[in-house]
Amino acid sequence: MEQYILIPLLPLAAFAINILFGKSIIKDKAHLLAIAAVLGSFALSVMTFVEVMGGKVTNQDIYSWMVSGSFKASIGFLIDQLTAIMLIVVTSISLLVHIYSVGYMHGDKGYYRFFAYLSLFTFSMLMLVLANNLLQLYFGWEAVGLCSYFLIGFWYEKKSASDAGKKAFIVNRFGDFGFGLGVIMIFLTLGSIHYADIFGNIGTLQGQTITLLGYNVDLITLIALLLFCGAVGKSAQIPLHVWLPDAMEGPTPVSALIHAATMVTAGVFMVARFNPVFSLSPVAMGVVAITGATTSLFAATIALVQNDIKRIIAYSTVSQLGYMFLACGVGAYGAGVFHLFTHAYFKALLFLGAGSVMHAMSGELDIQKMGGLKKYMPVTYWTFLIASLSIAGIPGLAGFFSKDEILWLAYNGGAVGRIVWAMGTLVAALTAFYSFRIIFLAFHGKFRGTHEQEHHLHESPASMTVPLMLLAIGAVSAGWLGISETLGGGNFIGHFFHPVLGHPHVHAGPEEEWMVMGISIACAVGGIFVSWIFYSLKPDIPKKLAAAYKGVHTVLWNKYYVDELYDSIIVRPAMWLSESILMPVTDGTIIEGIVNGVPKMIAGFGERLRKLQSGYVQHYALSMAIGLLILFSLVLMFK
Amino acid sequence: MDYPILSTVIFLPILGALLIFIMKRSSEALIKWTALAISIINFVLSVPLFTNFDKTTAAMQFTEKTQWISAWNINYSLGVDGISVLFVLLSTLLTILCVTVSWNSIKQKTKEFYAALLLIEGSMIGVFCSTDLFLFYIFWEAMLIPMYLLIGIWGGPNRVYAAIKFFLYTLVGSVLMLVGIIVLYLNTGKSFDILQMMATNYPFNLQMILFWAFFAAFAVKVPMFPVHTWLPDAHTEAPTAGSVILAGILIKMGAYGFLRFSMPILPEATRAMAPAMMVLSVIAIIYGAVICLGQTDLKRLIAYSSVSHMGFVTLGIFALNLQGLQGGILQMINHGIVTGGLFLCIGMVYDRTHTRKIVDYGGAASVLPVYAALFIVFTLASIGLPGTNGFVGEFLIILGGFSASKIMGTLSATGIIIGAAYMLWLYQRVFFMETNPKMQGHTDIDLREILTLLPLIVLVFWIGVYPNTFLSIMDVSVQHLVARVNSPGLQNIQPNVAQQIIEVIK
Repeated sequence: MEQYILIPLLPLAAFAINILFGKSIIKDKAHLLAIAAVLGSFALSVMTFVEVMGGKVTNQDIYSWMVSGSFKASIGFLIDQLTAIMLIVVTSISLLVHIYSVGYMHGDKGYYRFFAYLSLFTFSMLMLVLANNLLQLYFGWEAVGLCSYFLIGFWYEKKSASDAGKKAFIVNRFGDFGFGLGVIMIFLTLGSIHYADIFGNIGTLQGQTITLLGYNVDLITLIALLLFCGAVGKSAQIPLHVWLPDAMEGPTPVSALIHAATMVTAGVFMVARFNPVFSLSPVAMGVVAITGATTSLFAATIALVQNDIKRIIAYSTVSQLGYMFLACGVGAYGAGVFHLFTHAYFKALLFLGAGSVMHAMSGELDIQKMGGLKKYMPVTYWTFLIASLSIAGIPGLAGFFSKDEILWLAYNGGAVGRIVWAMGTLVAALTAFYSFRIIFLAFHGKFRGTHEQEHHLHESPASMTVPLMLLAIGAVSAGWLGISETLGGGNFIGHFFHPVLGHPHVHAGPEEEWMVMGISIACAVGGIFVSWIFYSLKPDIPKKLAAAYKGVHTVLWNKYYVDELYDSIIVRPAMWLSESILMPVTDGTIIEGIVNGVPKMIAGFGERLRKLQSGYVQHYALSMAIGLLILFSLVLMFK
Repeated sequence: MDYPILSTVIFLPILGALLIFIMKRSSEALIKWTALAISIINFVLSVPLFTNFDKTTAAMQFTEKTQWISAWNINYSLGVDGISVLFVLLSTLLTILCVTVSWNSIKQKTKEFYAALLLIEGSMIGVFCSTDLFLFYIFWEAMLIPMYLLIGIWGGPNRVYAAIKFFLYTLVGSVLMLVGIIVLYLNTGKSFDILQMMATNYPFNLQMILFWAFFAAFAVKVPMFPVHTWLPDAHTEAPTAGSVILAGILIKMGAYGFLRFSMPILPEATRAMAPAMMVLSVIAIIYGAVICLGQTDLKRLIAYSSVSHMGFVTLGIFALNLQGLQGGILQMINHGIVTGGLFLCIGMVYDRTHTRKIVDYGGAASVLPVYAALFIVFTLASIGLPGTNGFVGEFLIILGGFSASKIMGTLSATGIIIGAAYMLWLYQRVFFMETNPKMQGHTDIDLREILTLLPLIVLVFWIGVYPNTFLSIMDVSVQHLVARVNSPGLQNIQPNVAQQIIEVIK
């Protein structure tokens, strides 16, 4: 148990030391401690993974956090197959991002602060995945949200950055509102918030209903959907996706670690963790699948037309997270988490590659102003290309295997499954298209930026390129853990997850699997091909298309106006209520009028009296007199 | 303990106040150091209450009883249980911080200021320790006077208006409570003994009337919606120490009153009125939070946030179940720590900038980095982030509230969304974005100020990470209270209760 405790504790210690002494003593050495801590956590995580592979599953409380009557919440760890793989994802990506940041954040005045927050984030994320009960999960959940808030708004002098941080936190609170109620519902119905108790007893709730606003609602469905609210917020699904694209205001390593590889996948992790609950509610499963598929398609269409390199990748993340939910919704939890695993590597690589480009372009984000970067930064180009091929789903690379597994299992998932399969396949084509749009616009063709920018173009330092190369290895090979039997693989990961996540039943035969695979490969290749025509061969086509379909283009360019919608139905009415109704009318006029009616009269009387007498003791005496007055008036009233 | 520990912690500060009163006005340093020494000694003296507390019993501990006015059967009797002991400690701790934060900012009538502060300390501890209703009322009213002076003399430009408003509101409530106390006295065999009252079953009609009489006093103090409008004015105008005492202790007395009197003495009426109280609480939570969004004054915003947070407290209390009550009581402590901390922070920055307008701030994180770091801790605790004390309290309250009424629990949870919105927006406007020219050139907080905030920061995390220290202290007392309030009562209806009251008044 001790070595497990160290996994989150090392980064926490690094955070504490860096935040307390970083400014005065440690300064630009802050990365040493932070990297050492996360390296230690990584090593311990690998050891843990090996132990779990050998069949050892641990579920142990460390101390009891909160006890109130029958309500008991503890801090404790559940270390099973799902946790083990998450430990690897979190610590490995975190380690590489730490190293990358040494180069990327070099010379920033908040250098120590940056590493302190990264350590705090790593701690929080580890507590989240290690939790053996809902309240600790909630703790990690909110704590990673806090770190995200700090890191998005890292350059707090910028209004846009501090706005984005705040927005991320508040939007997530909407999701957590449901999540919190879900935790409470679980406690009230099952009497415990420990995973073991929940999963053991959830079956007893089958068929029970609860009256909600006059409707009879299936209890398990309600619980599952409440929990899913939290996942929708954290993993940026419709309708709470609006915070993630704005979160790109944060430093790019943060986007890679928090807003691509780890934190945003917490929602998927949670749904997978609660698969015994979700699986008992077909309605909830349907909601998860449809939400995921819709978000996936929705975000992919937005990504088609954006020009900000980080925002394109951010929408791509939203889309891929939708893919994972799609998987969970058809019961393919293992495939969802497998995609989470491969996505972590290729998406972190895309972000860090984008960071490398920004580094060379002095912060430029617009891909229309780039071009021909391939010859200036070969390492960035080749690694970015690998990541793009991987996300597009080109056979042999990580993304292909996990995406294929999801599509295949969705295809087998009944009516809902067939619908989301079709949507997912469409998304696969779009993904290939917009991913290669970046490649062709940014790395090929002629440079379209200023002369000064061109003069400065350079490959990034080794501390940045080495993590890129290591992640590229992951982006290629992470999928090899889950090569399906049809392809002649052992599907190690599927078997590994089986005790926790199960495996959906597959009716169709291998011929159909080849067909599904063939369609998705055709989509990927087709997407890349069209992208090549649009952005390399005949670059005037996109402009003509945008002009021809102006309405569609405007809607996509403005991200379906969701931000504007929320502003006018939530933000403005709340402010109006506060500023124009509650303050001047209810508080200012009605309550003050009624409650103060008598005292005001007396106070006015007092004001006049004060002109005769001055000094504070007299005031007091006056008030005493008023008190007596009221007493007498009461007597008269009762008479 | 073989000395009367409760009397000591009540009267040491009162004697200290007298001592300061006879000091020379010119010896300002001596006055300040005396006040500091007395407040620290008093805190140290109160610690044994905590460490030697017997967690296994719901009975009053450290009791003292002396006959006082035998003709009316009035006793000087003191005692603490698992609920009140926490407030005694909070009072002694916050008083120290009030002394240190006022160290340089109170420049006029220093002598009277520190004397008033110590008088407040003594009387508020008296409120929490009294087990005789008459004695309780004396302390309850006694603390009003120095508090009124604190706002009226050392407050902001509009202090006189705020002080009178504060005084009148609380006085009206107190008068009704006095009537209630006398009726209780007559119906308890001419006894003011609270413990005896807790064991007596009063007729339901009488309970209802008494409930409302006490409600008038307690609701104003909390303050519950819709009698909250004195609070923003009082907070805004009060000096920093006054705001801290108000937020930290004084407004807790209302909720404490519900716990100590309404619930155990009038259990049936409490049960009957609990739904109404929960509705008022939820209105306060949402109303207070929404109104925060539109505030332009730092202190006013925190004052309205208190309305919202105290709504959580009363919601938890009137959920009438263990989790709700424990959460509510813990949240009272939490609110004292967090809102006390926020007012201390605002006082510190006000000493530098002399403005409370939010628009005059911006970019403070660049100018005052240490201050910004400590302020964020209180901000996060205020929005109930897990790991801080605010989460533990709010979670237990929502859990308790939800199990009592699903709709109320759900509505109250919206408060955490709006809470995050107004607090983070406040933090952004004060600390982030470009540095406001008016913020330039100010020095970061010094060691005295850091030490003032540090104890509260420690408590924020202590309660956040290991709340059981405090939950276990109150556990048995709260269980006892839950049992009492849910016990079957007499249910027989006695007419002429109104008649009785009129007679009392006559």
